[in-house]
Amino acid sequence: MSKLPLTLAVFCAAMLIALPLRAMEVKVAVLRVDRVVGPPISRLDAPPADLGFAGALLGNEDNRTTGAFTDTDYTLKTQAVALDKAGAALDALKAQGFNLITVIAEGGALKALSDQAGPEVLLLNAGARDETLRDVDCRANVLHVSPSRSMLSDSVIQFLMWKKWTRILLIHGSHPEDTLLAENYRKSAAKFGAEIVEEREFVDTGGARRTDTGHVMVQKQIPVFTQDAEDHDVIIAADEAGVFAPYLPYHSWDPRPVAGSAGLRPVSWHAAQEAWGATQFQRRFEKLTGRSMREEDYQTWLAMRVIGEAVMQSGKTDPASVRAYALSEDFELAAFKGQKLTFRPWNGQLRQPILLTDGRVTVSVSPQDGYLHQRSPLDTLGIDAPENACHAFGG
Amino acid sequence: MLRSAVVLLSAVLMFAAPAEANKVFVTNERSNNVTVLDSQSWEVIATFPAGNRPRGITISPDGKELYVCASDDDTVRVFDPETYKELHTLPSGPDPELFALDPSGNPLYVANEDDNLVTVVDVKTRRVLAEIPVGVEPEGVAVSPDAKTIINTSETTNMAHFISASTYEIEHNVRVDQRPRYAEFTADGKKLYVSSEIGGTVSVIDLTASEPAIAKKINFAVPGILPEWLQPVGVKATKDGSRVFVALGPANRVAVIDAAKDEVLEYLLVGQRVWQMAFTPGEEFLITTNGNSNDVSIIDVKEETVIRSVQVGEQPWGVVVAPY
Repeated sequence: MSKLPLTLAVFCAAMLIALPLRAMEVKVAVLRVDRVVGPPISRLDAPPADLGFAGALLGNEDNRTTGAFTDTDYTLKTQAVALDKAGAALDALKAQGFNLITVIAEGGALKALSDQAGPEVLLLNAGARDETLRDVDCRANVLHVSPSRSMLSDSVIQFLMWKKWTRILLIHGSHPEDTLLAENYRKSAAKFGAEIVEEREFVDTGGARRTDTGHVMVQKQIPVFTQDAEDHDVIIAADEAGVFAPYLPYHSWDPRPVAGSAGLRPVSWHAAQEAWGATQFQRRFEKLTGRSMREEDYQTWLAMRVIGEAVMQSGKTDPASVRAYALSEDFELAAFKGQKLTFRPWNGQLRQPILLTDGRVTVSVSPQDGYLHQRSPLDTLGIDAPENACHAFGG
Repeated sequence: MLRSAVVLLSAVLMFAAPAEANKVFVTNERSNNVTVLDSQSWEVIATFPAGNRPRGITISPDGKELYVCASDDDTVRVFDPETYKELHTLPSGPDPELFALDPSGNPLYVANEDDNLVTVVDVKTRRVLAEIPVGVEPEGVAVSPDAKTIINTSETTNMAHFISASTYEIEHNVRVDQRPRYAEFTADGKKLYVSSEIGGTVSVIDLTASEPAIAKKINFAVPGILPEWLQPVGVKATKDGSRVFVALGPANRVAVIDAAKDEVLEYLLVGQRVWQMAFTPGEEFLITTNGNSNDVSIIDVKEETVIRSVQVGEQPWGVVVAPY
């Protein structure tokens, strides 16, 4: 009779000792919505199975190491689903108590998820580059850590202006995302004073992307396709669908450099980046995951670190507090790009320098010197507040 | 007669020398060598190979051993400061960048960025005494004047960790701004300065209470320089507690701070991408490494002016001055 209360008392005492006073738990999910696509032109570009998840894993490790000093525990769940299962997966994650969710998806899928998620969830966009998601279709429950298409196109045109390669032959693909990207290059050219002297469309006629000795045909096709263009300094390829751009370098009729979707590419990250302490960051990633870092991995790492930083500095873990801190003037994030990254409060876009790479080394980093802005040179990349039609952020 | 003449001559010589000539050692990150300067003539007197990607550099209190972090060799190389011959290496863990020597000359505390560890190395037995788990990407290391506390800054965790030098346990963590690089104690041990490169601030941590706490954050502003480029890295405090100098990286300036008020007095224009700094033993001069202009700037500490610059190797990174 007297034994039970004693056992209870001991149990309660043990519980008290086991639970640190200020312990906080942060549950973060990464939801990747996979689409069915053919193999890439280069097999080097084939996506690894853990694309994006690996970056989140490193971000989670970084947050856990820091959390050990602040009594904060981080849990990470990663999940890949097909497009038609994305909604159900989001509901399941919510039911399991995940309300900080990083999403790697195409623009349409992300928009649907953000409408379904509701205000009690914060989504971090680590994939979609669509301008409209940061503009007329912006949602208060989405923060964008991946750069937008206009940030990427602006970063290329700024570099071309610095080079004085101002006459552009724009070659775009026939897919909707190619059309959007081409439109961004037109706007960027107009914004910085470059001239698109001619445009050509490379129509995707379907068929296998890889054939034995395919290079023989490419060597004959591309010169003809680029023949007799208006005088130009550089070719810009707008080929987000990945159909033709890698074939342009060395095959164009006129000997001209290629930028955009091939040649000099604007990226949020690449595996050869070493400046600003990036070497250690690359090594930590490679040691943890056994491969080199992709853009999607950098972007999910960013998303994890945004959450980690907001939780540590604000001392709160709920989505509303994380969002409020991230959008506040106090937020700043060091992310191996030589300056602090902050959010644009008018549409939830993370400001960041864009790396320009030839695939081997960092050729340059935009914004280029001399492009000034009253707030930050980073705001010379992408649509700026006055042109922005996003109202979900109180603007 | 002869004897008194010798005595007289010696006395004249003693007074004629305003400051001792010391050797100044500068690591050149890109050219993989160390440049040796004379602190009186400011001439380059030697250059010697120092392994791959030499960065952090320090010297033993007796001036007999020069320690260089050869980052790409994953080791600390030990050189004879007289002959410039390599004596041996020390186990440092991978990619050592910065370190600090105990005031007694042993042990050496090395930050290992890849493994989130501070490695404690006995420089006599050349053994690892302990590995202390810290935050993500440990960078700056400092030892308190009483040798009881080791400070480590972790660049991605954004903290200064206060580690007991007797138990190797972390006793306190102080949150600072983004990407903390360097930690510097005042000579009286009452204050600690921590620079945050990306945050653009120097945190002044008060050590007189029971727990360390941030007393102030020093901000920087230079007309005509974008705020993004005001990136504090190296920090040096004078022994008399009157001044603190802060290297501002790509802003090409060294900030002079009144240490009584912790306010910026002025900015001195130096070379490009100013990184680390070292005083001559009497603190007459402060030498700064300028990574993008391949030179060092010499600051007259009393006058607070830059008196000259000297070309060294490619991408100078660290600097130390021999005590004798």
